[in-house]
Amino acid sequence: MRHIARRLFGFGLVAGVGLGFMAAPHNAAADWEPKKPVEFVIMAGKGGGADKMARLMQSVIQKHGLASKPFTPINKPGGSGAESLVYLKQKTGDDHVIMVTLNSFYTTPLRNPDLDIDISTFTPVGRMAEDTFLLWVNSDTAIKTIDDFVKAAKAKGNGWVMAGTGKGQEDQLLTDFLNKAYGLDMKYVPYKGGGRVAKELAGNNADSTVNNPSEQLGFYQAGKTRALAAFTPARLDLFPEAPTFQELGKDFVYFMQRSVVGAPGMSKEAEAYYRDVFKKVYATDEWQGYMKSKSLQGEFLTGDALKTYWAREKENHREMLTKMGEIK
Amino acid sequence: MEVLNLLAGGFAIAFEPLNLALVVFGCAIGLFVGAMPGLGSVNGVAILLPMTFLVPPESAIIFLAALYYGAMYGGAISSIMLGIPGASTAVATTFDGRPLALQGKADVALISAAVASFVGGTISVVLFTLFAPPLAEIALTFGSPEIFALMVLAFATFIGLGGDDIPKTLFSIFIGLAMSAVGLDIISGQPRLIFFGLPGFYHGINFLVLAIGIYGIGEMLWTVEVSRGKMSISQATMSLRRIVDGVIGLKSSVKTMLMGSFLGYFVGILPAAGATPGSLMAYGVAKTISKDPGSFGKGNVDGVVAPEAANNAASTGAMLPMLTLGIPGSPTTAILLGGMVIWGLEPGPLLFVEHSDFVWGLIASLYAANLFALLINIAFIPAFIWVLRMPFTILAPIIFVLCIVGGYAPTQDMHDVWLMLIFGIVGYLMRKLDYPLAPAVLAIVLGPLAEPALRQSLLISNGSFAIFFERPFAGVIMVIALGLLILPVLQKIVRYARRSA
Amino acid sequence: MRRAEFVMAVVMALVSLYLMWKSAELPVGWIPDEGPGGGAFPFWLGAGMLVCTLWIFLRWFRRTSEVSRSSEAYFDGRALTLFLIVGGSLTVMIGSIHLVGVYGAVPLFLAFYMRFLGRHGWPTTGAVALSTPIVAFFFFEIALNITLPKGLTEPLFYPLYDIFL
Repeated sequence: MRHIARRLFGFGLVAGVGLGFMAAPHNAAADWEPKKPVEFVIMAGKGGGADKMARLMQSVIQKHGLASKPFTPINKPGGSGAESLVYLKQKTGDDHVIMVTLNSFYTTPLRNPDLDIDISTFTPVGRMAEDTFLLWVNSDTAIKTIDDFVKAAKAKGNGWVMAGTGKGQEDQLLTDFLNKAYGLDMKYVPYKGGGRVAKELAGNNADSTVNNPSEQLGFYQAGKTRALAAFTPARLDLFPEAPTFQELGKDFVYFMQRSVVGAPGMSKEAEAYYRDVFKKVYATDEWQGYMKSKSLQGEFLTGDALKTYWAREKENHREMLTKMGEIK
Repeated sequence: MEVLNLLAGGFAIAFEPLNLALVVFGCAIGLFVGAMPGLGSVNGVAILLPMTFLVPPESAIIFLAALYYGAMYGGAISSIMLGIPGASTAVATTFDGRPLALQGKADVALISAAVASFVGGTISVVLFTLFAPPLAEIALTFGSPEIFALMVLAFATFIGLGGDDIPKTLFSIFIGLAMSAVGLDIISGQPRLIFFGLPGFYHGINFLVLAIGIYGIGEMLWTVEVSRGKMSISQATMSLRRIVDGVIGLKSSVKTMLMGSFLGYFVGILPAAGATPGSLMAYGVAKTISKDPGSFGKGNVDGVVAPEAANNAASTGAMLPMLTLGIPGSPTTAILLGGMVIWGLEPGPLLFVEHSDFVWGLIASLYAANLFALLINIAFIPAFIWVLRMPFTILAPIIFVLCIVGGYAPTQDMHDVWLMLIFGIVGYLMRKLDYPLAPAVLAIVLGPLAEPALRQSLLISNGSFAIFFERPFAGVIMVIALGLLILPVLQKIVRYARRSA
Repeated sequence: MRRAEFVMAVVMALVSLYLMWKSAELPVGWIPDEGPGGGAFPFWLGAGMLVCTLWIFLRWFRRTSEVSRSSEAYFDGRALTLFLIVGGSLTVMIGSIHLVGVYGAVPLFLAFYMRFLGRHGWPTTGAVALSTPIVAFFFFEIALNITLPKGLTEPLFYPLYDIFL
């Protein structure tokens, strides 16, 4: 078997060298362009918020011909994104691997130091948007304001069910904030996706949620759920009736990043190429329209500005997780 | 009769030349994607999603729905011909489809599957047309306790599936469930059972890896041993006469077909359940109510008809929570949902009101897709039969290659290919010792649905099991399930005691 | 068969023990007000598997199960040879995918299997071995946009991508 393997290896080498030589003259002087389909890793499962956004970006790129080779999405949701982070790290120096990421980009490495992931080594491509969060309750209840909410939740104590996605992630961070800020003891129950969480609220299987607008919009418009307050600096156009927590006297804002990162150690040329592609995606009518309809915020960030943003957010999350007792 | 008017309007949309062409095209592509082991409707829909930007959103979703339908038909083809379920929805089809093919009745099995799919699809579309909004309300109240009760019911309908060797059957169920626990523990957020620290285990053990390993590689190794030097494994033949006879022969399966369709549809509309439990339960029920349960698993046409009617009915059913609640009942509907959002269609209770053109156009094209998928499927049966008649020493290596590529495609990770090889070889060695393996495959499908539902329920109830009996839907399902579980176990124990005494 | 049954039960008992040990990384007990811990589900399944293997062993000992009475060989000579050749060539093929990619490993495997096991002539062998990867390329890479692993042969495909994508 060794013998065969060695022979195959020899064959491969000869073929590889010969072909490399053939391919070399192609596009040598011009700006960098992908030579093969680009792996577009998605840090979450099929059908989730990040997945929808990645597929929208892929579609926009294809529709407007923004890249010479297709971007092929691959979901690697394992271990709250641990799988994709490890994968990207293994692909260090690869110019054909990029990833759509969210806040588990900070929390997963913080919660699992064994993974040995340093997110500052990842190549910044672009922050495409920041998703917002609101506090939701079912419209069958009499809860109209945050005061009603606090009263009701206090009365139920530990029996108050807050549904969310994942443990130690965005939704639970917000739940923990609410518990601390208002002296509540809500019970956090994790579900698999934001859509499922939204449905549990609309079906009265949960008492409250902290969904993104995109997840809750359908039920909200049908009058099944109600937005009580927003975790944003200013009121959202789609939900003018919901005050911000800052208005309510709690100095707290929280966003979910929707960013694209490249594998660590990507070449400067490739980095510039992807930056341009996603800058163009950001400017398209499709992307702008999507941001507006889902109440997404945030400018396009890239390069050092994005790295600084990550460093700051990572520290914020470290602080929040430490307070929660999730990490030491 | 407003519904009929709306539906007529829908047909006008579905039969626009562009849309009709897309329906036919989508069905044909879906059929091939679905027939590939490892590739199912999820892949087809996901990959072709961006292409649909070339046409208006209504046409695009019609195209994707047709593809979805085509793939559901196609899944049966690989189950019957190769014995490899191309998707979890087609697992139950292998139980009797494969034995039929080995007896040289591949054409009968394929025809039965196609007709059953058509009936299941049609009935479900009719049910969809008539009862969409009230069913959506019921689906909305279905929470984790109900889902767990449903999973217990699914297991209960399957209790009789294993062999006579009780410890080996139980072992198979346990190991399948244990494998389904690999990856992430959703409740604690911790990685779980990451064997040897390999990052490939973070995404868990995909159902397809086990199914292709056992049914693909394991089964082929078995066939290689059994066939020895023989050139051909299947004396498949084909003639118009046999097709007609096959369709006429289905008369006796009408009851099974209807049962499968209704069961599949109602399980399919439940959020997070999807088509797989539906098809499994339909198989279990068909066996239970059959006059000749012993022939199941040995090539009973009803064993093909029930799951196929159910999985097609369930895929229509799964559209209901997607459209009305924005909750995907299956990975495929998750992608479709993504597509709708991209096109600016907001799924939710208002979709039926604000975009009724779209909804009824989609429903009408489901009718159309169903018909064309049947026709295209039947037209290709001779080609499939021809493939089956190839010498085994050509077919075998090609199937091995299909298995490996199919095992790689869903996650694009070589880790899964190695795992598949190990499952195949170990599965083959165990099969030689009469370990039944189908229970393990079922367990790995139902495990990831059952465990989180159980633990979410207990979390909500502070650890009290009463939650499964206090809620009306959960209570009723649970009592039926427990009844079904306990009855045959008691029977078996009594018989076992008598025999060994 | 009898010895094989015994060996398999022992191996599976070891697998069960390993599973239980591995599950115990997370809490396996009952957490008050929460229900079972993260490791409980696989841990108790592992325990169930262990009980089953003991049961299988008991049936082996008492010769209750059919295989434990069987005096037939688990593998006869020819079956073992076939198994080793087919299983071995599969392993080699998957291993060589890492090196020479799918498009290198697949034709070699097809050629080996058809020529040496199937005793087909070179024309048939060659036709299948060469056409399969071509069909696979167009189906997966071009039509479905799924990239298959290529190993060292990757640069060979750059010009193809330029033409078809």
